[in-house]
Amino acid sequence: MSALKSLFSFHGGLKTVRHKTESNQSPIQSGVLPRRLTVPLRQHIGAVAKPLIQPGDRVLKGQMIGQADGYISAAIHAPTSGVVAAVESRHVPHPSGLPDLCVVIDSDGEERWIDREPVDYRHRHPSELRNILRNAGLVGLGGAGFPSAVKLNLSGSDDLETLILNGAECEPWITCDDRLMREQAAGIVAGLRVMAHLLKPRDVLIGIEEDKPEAIAAMTGACAGTAYEVRPVPTRYPSGSVKQLVKLLTGKETPVEGLPVDVGVQCFNVATAYAAHRAVDHGEPLISRIVTVTGQVRRPGNIEALLGTAFAELVEQCGGYRDGVERLIMGGPMMGFALHSDEVPVTKAANCILAASAAELALEQPVMPCIRCGACVEVCPADLLPQQLYWHARAREFDKAQDHHLFSCIECGCCSYVCPSHIPLVQYYRYAKNEIWAQEQEKQKAELARQRHQARLERLEREKQEREAKLRQKAPAKAALTSSPPPAETAEQGNTAVASDRDG
Amino acid sequence: MRFKTVTSPHILQDASVGRIMRRVLYAMLPGIAALTWFFGWGIVVNLVIATAVALLAETALLAVRGKPILLHLGDYSAVVTAGLLAVALPPLAPWWLTAVGVLSAIVIAKHLYGGLGYNPFNPAMVGYVVLLISFPREMSAWLIPHGLDQPYALTFLETLRVIFNGEWPARFTIDALTGATPLDVLRTQLGLGLTVTEIRNSPVFGIVSGYGWEWAALGFLGGGLWLVYTRAADWRIPLGMLGGLAIISSVFYVIDPLRYAPPWFHLWSGAAIFGAFFIATDPVTASATPRGRLIYGAGIGVLVYIIRGFGGYPDGVAFSVLLMNIAAPTIDLYTRPRVFGARRG
Repeated sequence: MSALKSLFSFHGGLKTVRHKTESNQSPIQSGVLPRRLTVPLRQHIGAVAKPLIQPGDRVLKGQMIGQADGYISAAIHAPTSGVVAAVESRHVPHPSGLPDLCVVIDSDGEERWIDREPVDYRHRHPSELRNILRNAGLVGLGGAGFPSAVKLNLSGSDDLETLILNGAECEPWITCDDRLMREQAAGIVAGLRVMAHLLKPRDVLIGIEEDKPEAIAAMTGACAGTAYEVRPVPTRYPSGSVKQLVKLLTGKETPVEGLPVDVGVQCFNVATAYAAHRAVDHGEPLISRIVTVTGQVRRPGNIEALLGTAFAELVEQCGGYRDGVERLIMGGPMMGFALHSDEVPVTKAANCILAASAAELALEQPVMPCIRCGACVEVCPADLLPQQLYWHARAREFDKAQDHHLFSCIECGCCSYVCPSHIPLVQYYRYAKNEIWAQEQEKQKAELARQRHQARLERLEREKQEREAKLRQKAPAKAALTSSPPPAETAEQGNTAVASDRDG
Repeated sequence: MRFKTVTSPHILQDASVGRIMRRVLYAMLPGIAALTWFFGWGIVVNLVIATAVALLAETALLAVRGKPILLHLGDYSAVVTAGLLAVALPPLAPWWLTAVGVLSAIVIAKHLYGGLGYNPFNPAMVGYVVLLISFPREMSAWLIPHGLDQPYALTFLETLRVIFNGEWPARFTIDALTGATPLDVLRTQLGLGLTVTEIRNSPVFGIVSGYGWEWAALGFLGGGLWLVYTRAADWRIPLGMLGGLAIISSVFYVIDPLRYAPPWFHLWSGAAIFGAFFIATDPVTASATPRGRLIYGAGIGVLVYIIRGFGGYPDGVAFSVLLMNIAAPTIDLYTRPRVFGARRG
């Protein structure tokens, strides 16, 4: 039944290993309340939140401790009640491995909430409702962490045609959305109502991969009596990638360098909808998320963890590591990144902790030359020519790489996965993208410097002319009084020169 | 705990260059068996000589170039080159002919251009063309096909003596055993003014094309289809090549069936099937885009027909492949797929 309903397809993609049953057989557990939480002030795409507290301050559970700084930013809240121990740079789970500003909270164990105010979304003005979600720190929980309030604002553009809820969860091992849909389908649909109220879409579709029959049944049940439609999609990685899911469900292709909204579609993760429900119907800001802890841990499963909980504590709650863990991955094995240490906090983007041993990982195999077999072309969901991109990236021919649409690459990893020569293709693309960004920044800096230099020259010229004009005005008057120039004039000139140097 | 950090993806499919190359070798077996049945032990001896020379040359060149020897010997690309060249050579070719061909392929066409993945021309076909141009007499001495069970067949020892010492067994003369290939016969007799129908009555022809040859073609077709099925070869290249050959030969056949052989004859003759599935599909030297591969294949098919019908050689797979090798980068440039989300047209 399900295959017939999904009418469209995308090019490429893969059947990968699944490894879902390790963690999706038991209900979501609540995380144990840690004694200390390390809450990063940047858990989203955009500017780091402005801290609102100081070390020594008492905070309540749900109290805003970081304010969104600018439009593309998100608020951060205290996940539990306690005392702020520090506001300083700490290690965070980020591919760069660089530390970032965090608020360290010592929990008092009392879990004392702020005053929570549920609101009836039907009687609120859209902008007010968006503000509530914005102040709740709502960001995309699928992994990207883009501030949701921004995506819920369509002012200026046409009405939305389709609102899509992404429950595909195509990466192997990860099951947090699967469990959430099974257990909180009603809450997800309640959040979806809020989103639909803001966006007024013509259709609302929920895309779930076929390998999650329980989740499909639960969501279908929760949608009964609404116009929302659950659409099973084929189990084919990366069906959960936004552009691919939009194509699967609507047949529409998101333009190169565009967003789904450009073709009248907006897409949110199921967990984001659930968080919207908690924010609106319960007045609870985003202070926890479901994290899949799986791989070589004794009791794999899903935990609803407070943001700021150390990965090590979640692993502990799952019975600790088994022997032979070689790599700790945040996210899935296709797109996730390997962490140096498990002493990093859960963030809004942390959907999965995968403790992988050699058995789960690819053997480290020697890289062979590209034989242009084209296996990568067959699987690329962006319809790129990965082998040509590799060639140009390797030769540092970045203009040619861009000509081959380097920036359409979504880094899904399909090409690397199938490469018989074991070339780390995605790594080359990341390298090329970073080089191009660095060059662009360099160019912008140079351009800015040039403009400033130009402006300074113009200002100096203008000042000189003004002085001369002044002199000319004064000259006839002075000539009448005395023939020697007043000493004040020279002093003024000297001051101007010093000031200009300082500006430059 | 501290962990190693490596970039994603963290899992890989179980695939390797060596496996692809080994599949090519397995896929050649039915065709090789048929050739051996009809043309004798010489096929096997050629394969052994070619493989030995290829491995020696590959090892030496890898050593000179400072490359890891075992790693690259394990990619089986040298063995595939040797195999492709060996089955294209006359079954009683002197050992040095095979050696020269393989050396040209491995040393000049492959390693002087940078080794596996960097060679613009199909190494086996470079080796073949070097021999065809330099030693036309040796290269045209094909045996008359008959089963290994026939009294005409040379024993294994007799075969070795012919290949290594040039000693023909006293019971035969060289002329009793060798003869023109079916494509050769077609070519020369058309030149004498005979019609295709008359020529087809010659005993060198079998059910569809050349007697004996057609069974080898069937073997290579079977192996080739398996290669396509296992995705070791892209289906677009053989489809393009056989399609191109079928279309152009049909056009001429419709114009004048007396002067031009039917398309099924062309498809089933000479190295067409073998070339389509085993030679043209060498990914390194072929076009790399999906549409480009169809065009690349079709180009080879059309060129094969032109060389057979109007050129100076009875068959033209080697030349056609090399000519299209030159065109591959340009084809790639103009057949890039439409990127996801790019405007149509």
